[in-house]
Amino acid sequence: MSFLRGSFIDALVVLQMMVRDALNQAMDEELERDERVFLLGEEVAQYDGAYKVSRGLWKKYGDQRIIDTPISEMGFTGIAVGAAFAGLRPICEFMTFNFSMQAIDQVINSAAKTCYMSAGFQAVPIVFRGPNGSSAGVAAQHSQCFAAWYAHCPGLKVVSPWNSEDAKGLLKAAIRDDNPVVFMENELMYGVPFEMSEEALSKDFVLPIGKAKIERPGNHVTLVSHSRCVGHCLDAAAVLAKEGIECEVINLRSIRPMDTDAIEASVMKTNHLVTVEGGWPQFGVGAEICAKIMEGPAFNYLDAPVTRVTGVDIPMPYAKILEDNSVPQIKDIIFSIKKTLNV
Amino acid sequence: KLKMLTNISNVLRACAQRNVAAVVMSARTYADFTPEATFEIKKCDTFKLDEAPATQVVLTRDEGLEYYRIMQTIRRMELKADQLYKQKIIRGFCHLYDGQEACAVGIEASINLSDHLITAYRAHGYTLTRGGTVKEIMAELTGRRGGIAKGKGGSMHMYTKHFYGGNGIVGAQVPLGAGVALACKYQGNNQLCVCLYGDGAANQGQIFETYNMANNRYGMGTSVERAAASTDYFRRGEFIPGLRVDGMDLLCVREATRFAADHCRSGKGPILMELQTYRYHGHSMSDPGVSYRTREEIQEVRSKSDPISMLKDRMLSNNMASIEELKEIDVEVRKEIEDAALFATTDPEPPLEELCNHIYYNDAAVEVRGTNPWAKLKSVS
Repeated sequence: MSFLRGSFIDALVVLQMMVRDALNQAMDEELERDERVFLLGEEVAQYDGAYKVSRGLWKKYGDQRIIDTPISEMGFTGIAVGAAFAGLRPICEFMTFNFSMQAIDQVINSAAKTCYMSAGFQAVPIVFRGPNGSSAGVAAQHSQCFAAWYAHCPGLKVVSPWNSEDAKGLLKAAIRDDNPVVFMENELMYGVPFEMSEEALSKDFVLPIGKAKIERPGNHVTLVSHSRCVGHCLDAAAVLAKEGIECEVINLRSIRPMDTDAIEASVMKTNHLVTVEGGWPQFGVGAEICAKIMEGPAFNYLDAPVTRVTGVDIPMPYAKILEDNSVPQIKDIIFSIKKTLNV
Repeated sequence: KLKMLTNISNVLRACAQRNVAAVVMSARTYADFTPEATFEIKKCDTFKLDEAPATQVVLTRDEGLEYYRIMQTIRRMELKADQLYKQKIIRGFCHLYDGQEACAVGIEASINLSDHLITAYRAHGYTLTRGGTVKEIMAELTGRRGGIAKGKGGSMHMYTKHFYGGNGIVGAQVPLGAGVALACKYQGNNQLCVCLYGDGAANQGQIFETYNMANNRYGMGTSVERAAASTDYFRRGEFIPGLRVDGMDLLCVREATRFAADHCRSGKGPILMELQTYRYHGHSMSDPGVSYRTREEIQEVRSKSDPISMLKDRMLSNNMASIEELKEIDVEVRKEIEDAALFATTDPEPPLEELCNHIYYNDAAVEVRGTNPWAKLKSVS
């Protein structure tokens, strides 16, 4: 954890914390708070986590609560769901969400649907977490974004934090939720430091699932995004501000349930909407936002069709120049905003 | 003698109340019956076990009557479901359990309701032995609001306390069951989980993943050993002890389960029980069940190995019950099934207002999109 003291004049301690440490703190606090909570996954214990997100937890909580599994996603995911059936509160880590495809039957058919199938008799209080979406140079089989796949399914909650406060508050909320929550982190964000308010550092800091956050208010165009792309949107907004274009940047935080009201309220103010995501365009998060806007009151306020900025509709290539051009860059966001505003 | 007179007079009084001609039925008192008897049962084949389940077992009259009643209830319930399915009152999937009653009843006889059980989709019998009622099982099959899952689950998705269904995906229940067992171990409650699967599921990869993890005590030791229950990779199929059990003989299943439960509770780890059983029906209602076997074979099993007949013969030939007594149980069971079927066919379907309920547990009410943008439905937990 790195400390950077802020201005003494304000008498405020401004702490900077990396996303991975915020996640670590969230799990540590929840493990301490509720003895039914435990973590399982590949390398989570003795290796301190493939990406060090669970560093120190095995040393503190031991074998029973921090469990290393073999490379058996379908098996250990089923075991995690069964443990949730029987009253524990597992955190099931996928080393990346790409590997969750091996176990997706257990996530959907055993976890997501059971409360409904049992008419509310059988709860499944489980969190599935791990890095999602593109990384750097890991190529096609290790770079897919699963937000749209999981958000498609009733019975799941799907959460996608951007910064450290998001990471901590939403992970604590997910662990405390009595329902299956798919918690999508981002590998490239793990090492990024963000300011953490005093409130965020407290042991009871929980963010509500289903509520978006306006990261930057603006009047001319609404940008809606999740995860790493939120940062890109803010960077684009900073550039455009110099040209007199004020972007309102919305950090979705939750994909399912999605805070449609927040998007609509913003669009009714700005009259323009651009969605930005790392995943593929077809049947994606942006596609869903378009449909929702069309069906709601904000449609009549649009001065232009909604624009989706997405990953390129291809498997992720390896070569750096190709990879860089397969995901939304800041210039793509700026270009799309200007097209939408017709400037 | 006094007891005998009391019984006769009770019978007469009961008849008088029903305005029926008073007929004195043969009034045998309980003192006439053998309270318990010892039976010789088949020895189980064993694997990696130093001991085996006992081959001489005791059955009491009370136990016998109880097992008979439950097995007969399962049998009749399944046959009634067959009937209702053919009348198109039950729809979708329906996997029947008749012929296999000794398994469900024998297993439950040697575990407690505080233990846990999970199975695949041929689950009606287990739903009953695990605490469900015939009425709510049948109403679930007919998709009514009085069903055990309020009509939301159907044949394959019935749940009771410590019974986790009812699972539709072949093999998925095995890791789930191991997870339930993990929770038992974690909570230190000395409970166990019986996890059932068929020979089809036995080929699923996730079964072997589960064997490995169930046996491995979750990662203690050094790196290769931590991930693998056996690093003799050339012997990887064979590190869990097992029993092969006559699944048509209730007493065999009960004894083997007793042995297996002791094995588990004493910390020796998981154990595999192969129950050799036989289903009279096809795989499901859409399978006539005679394209891969002959009718003669089915008939032979029925006449030589039927689990209910086996119990009945044992009790009668050892004077543990009378034919009339067992017939009375049959009549009562038949009535229970008929009443349940009546309920199941007359109970109304679930109200449309409840369509979206129970998506989430213990959560605030949410809005759910219907088939069109103007259909805003409501979901409560």
